[in-house]
Amino acid sequence: MKVSLFVTCLADQMYPEVAESVVRLLHRYGCEVDLPELQTCCGQPAFNSGYQDEARAVARNLIRAFEHSDYVVSPSGSCAGMVHHYYPDLFRDEPEWKAKAEALVAKTYEFSQFLVRVLGVKDVGASFPYKVTYHPSCHASRLLGVREEPLELLRNVRDVEFVDLPKKEDCCGFGGTFAVKMADMSEAMVCEKAAHVCETGAEVLVGGDMGCLMNIGGRLNKEGKPVRVLHLAQLLEEGVKLR
Amino acid sequence: MSSSDTELIGTGLRKRTEKALNDPFLRAAVAYTTDKLRSGRLAAMEEFGDWEQWRSRAREIRAHTIAHLDYYLGQFADNVEKAGGIVHFCSTGAEAVDVFLKIARSKGAKLVAKGKSMVSEEMHLNHHLEQEGIRAIETDLGEYILQLARETPSHLIIPAIHKNKRQIADLFEEESGQPMPPETKALAGYARQKLREIFLEADIGLTGCNFGIAETGAITLVSNEGNGRMVTTLPKTHVVVMGMERLVPTYDDVEVMLNMLARSATGQKLTTYTSFITGPKRRGDLDGAEELHVIILDNGRSAQLGDPVFQEVLHCIRCAACLNVCPVYRHVGGYTYGSVYSGPIGAVLTPLLQQDMKEAGQLAYASSLCGACYEACPVKIPLHDMLVQLRARKVKLGLTPWTERAAFKIYATGFGNVKLYSWGAKLAHYAMKPMARGGQIRKAPGIFGGWTQSRFLPMKPKRSFRERWAELQRELQAEREKQLGGEDR
Ligand code: SF4
Repeated sequence: MKVSLFVTCLADQMYPEVAESVVRLLHRYGCEVDLPELQTCCGQPAFNSGYQDEARAVARNLIRAFEHSDYVVSPSGSCAGMVHHYYPDLFRDEPEWKAKAEALVAKTYEFSQFLVRVLGVKDVGASFPYKVTYHPSCHASRLLGVREEPLELLRNVRDVEFVDLPKKEDCCGFGGTFAVKMADMSEAMVCEKAAHVCETGAEVLVGGDMGCLMNIGGRLNKEGKPVRVLHLAQLLEEGVKLR
Repeated sequence: MSSSDTELIGTGLRKRTEKALNDPFLRAAVAYTTDKLRSGRLAAMEEFGDWEQWRSRAREIRAHTIAHLDYYLGQFADNVEKAGGIVHFCSTGAEAVDVFLKIARSKGAKLVAKGKSMVSEEMHLNHHLEQEGIRAIETDLGEYILQLARETPSHLIIPAIHKNKRQIADLFEEESGQPMPPETKALAGYARQKLREIFLEADIGLTGCNFGIAETGAITLVSNEGNGRMVTTLPKTHVVVMGMERLVPTYDDVEVMLNMLARSATGQKLTTYTSFITGPKRRGDLDGAEELHVIILDNGRSAQLGDPVFQEVLHCIRCAACLNVCPVYRHVGGYTYGSVYSGPIGAVLTPLLQQDMKEAGQLAYASSLCGACYEACPVKIPLHDMLVQLRARKVKLGLTPWTERAAFKIYATGFGNVKLYSWGAKLAHYAMKPMARGGQIRKAPGIFGGWTQSRFLPMKPKRSFRERWAELQRELQAEREKQLGGEDR
C-alpha cells in the first residue's frame, strides 16, 4: 500500500522523531511511505486567525502536494481535521479547487485512525512497562471524530499501567495562535492540565497532537516535573522495540 | 506593555481577563459550579436515551422556526392579542425602554417586581427605571443578590455563580441591618420573606420568556424558585420582554425544547416550575394579571436573519451548557466578557447584536477553538466555527493590527512555497539558537513572551524531518532487504 506522509510543519521542524516513528510503524505494516516534497503547512494558523486568503494560498500548496497520493497520513489530528472540516468550505467559491479539496479529504487520515480503520491494526505488539496517561486532543476528537482509535491501540499495549486523566476532555489551552495571543487565558488552562497530569502520578503523558503536547510538555518542563511526553506513535514504536 | 501588545486583543478585554485571573475566589467558585452543572448534564443526557437524535430534533425545530420567523412572529402576535394581550414590536433597546416607561407611567407604577429577564439587561432597563424614580426589584434569588451587590449577571442560568454564602450573608446584612448567618436556610428564608413583600406591593410584574408558542400565543417560563409564578400573577400588570427569536411553532415543539433546556442547563428533567401564560386573567380565573403586554425586541437580531454564517446564532435557547464546558469561561468567569451574555455564546452574540466588530469583536479571540461548546450545545450551534468567522470578519474590515496582517502575508508567501519554507526554517533555527539552554527556550522575546512566561519552548532541532528523510529511507530499505533475504533463506 502506498502512503504519503503529511508530516505537518510542526513535526517536520520541531519533532522529526515523531514523524520517524510514524513512518517506521507504517513501514512495519508493509506501507510504502513517501514524503511529497511540496508540502509545508495546512494553513491552520492563518485560518484560525481569520486570514482566509492567506490560508487558501497555503492550502492550495498542500492540495497540490498530495494530488497524486492514494492515502495521506498525518501525525496530527488537528491538521488532518483542518483538511476535513474546513478545506471544502474554504474553497466554496472555486468549484475546481473545491473538488480537489474534497478529493484530499477523502484520502486523509490521522495516524491512529489510519492504523485502526484502514490497516485494521489494533495491536501493534508493543510492551510498555510504564504508568501512562492520555490526553485526547480537542481537534482530533471533536473535529475529526477520532476518539476510540488511540485508546484501542493503547489498550492492546502490554504491561502498561494506564491511568485516566481527570477532565481529559478539557482543552490544554494551546489553540495555535491562542496560546500566543491570549497567553494569560492559555496559561490558566495549561496549568490546570499539567496539574491533572501530575495528579495521575503517570510517568508518561501520551497524545496524538504535537501542538498540545508541546504546550503541556512546556509547562511540565517549566515546573520541573519528571513526566515524559510522547506522541502515540513514539510510544508504540518504542514499545515494539521493547518486546 | 508595548502598544502592539495591547492592540492584539484590546485593552478592555485584557484588563478584565487579568482581573478575573487574579481572583482565586472567583475562579474556584465558577469552576466548582460549572463542574457540578456539566456532570449533571452528562447524567441527564445518558438517561434520556439517544441524545444525538433529540439534539437533531431540537435543532430542526429551531432552524425551521428561525427560517420562518416572520410567519411565526405574526401568528404569535395575533394569538397573544386574541387572548387579550397587547403586543409591542421594538427594533431597539431604547424603543423598548420607552414602551415600558409609557406602560409604567400610565399605571402610576412605583414598584416593578422582576422575574429573570436577560433582555431587560440588554436594554439597561433598571437604570432607566431608576432615573424615572421607579424601583425595580429582582426576584430571582441570584439576581436579587447581584442587585444588592450592584452587579449584573455573569452566567446565563446561575447569575450569581461567583458568590459564596459568606458574601451573600454580608450583602443581606447590609440591607437588613440585622446579623445574618451564612447558611443557606437562613439566607433563603430572609430573601423569601423580603421578596413576598415585593410581589404583593408591586404595580408591575416583569418577566422574560423562555419560549413563546406561536399556535396559541402562550408564554412559557421556567424557574426553580417559583418567583416566576408570583411575578406573573400577583401584580395587576404583567409585562413580558422577549427577544424576537424566542418562539416555537407548537406545544409539541415546546415539549422537546423544555426537555433540552432543563437537561442542558442543570441536568434536571424539567425545572421545578414551568408556567404557561396565555393572555391576561379571564373572568372566573382565580389569579393572573389584569393586563398583559408583550414587548418583542429586535435589537440587532434581525440583522442575522439570512446571514449564511450567523443566522444559527438565533437558535440559542440560553441554556448555558456552552458556558459550563468552556475552559476559558471556567477560568475567567462572566464579567470578563464585558456584556450581558458571556461564555462562547456571548463571545459570538455580543459583537453581532452590538454590530461592533472593533471592541466587542475582540471577544472572538477569547477561545482556543476547542469545540467543547459545540459539542455541548443542545441545538448544535457551531460556535467554534462562528468564532473563526468573526475573526475573518475583523480581518476583512481591516480591524486587525498591521503587524499581524504583515505577519500573515509573510506566512502565506513563506508557507505557500516549500523552498522559502525550508529556507525560513533554517533562519528560525539560527534565530532561536542563542536563546536556548538545555534544548529549551525559557524566555522568548516579542509576542512569544507570553508563552514562555508560563511554559518553556523547545529548541528547534538542527535537522528537520525532511532533511533526514533520505537517510531514513535508506535505512528502511536495508531493513526490508534484510527481511526479504531472511525469508529467502
Ligand atoms: S449556544 Fe447552545 S449551549 Fe450555548 S446557551 Fe445557546 S443553546 Fe445553550
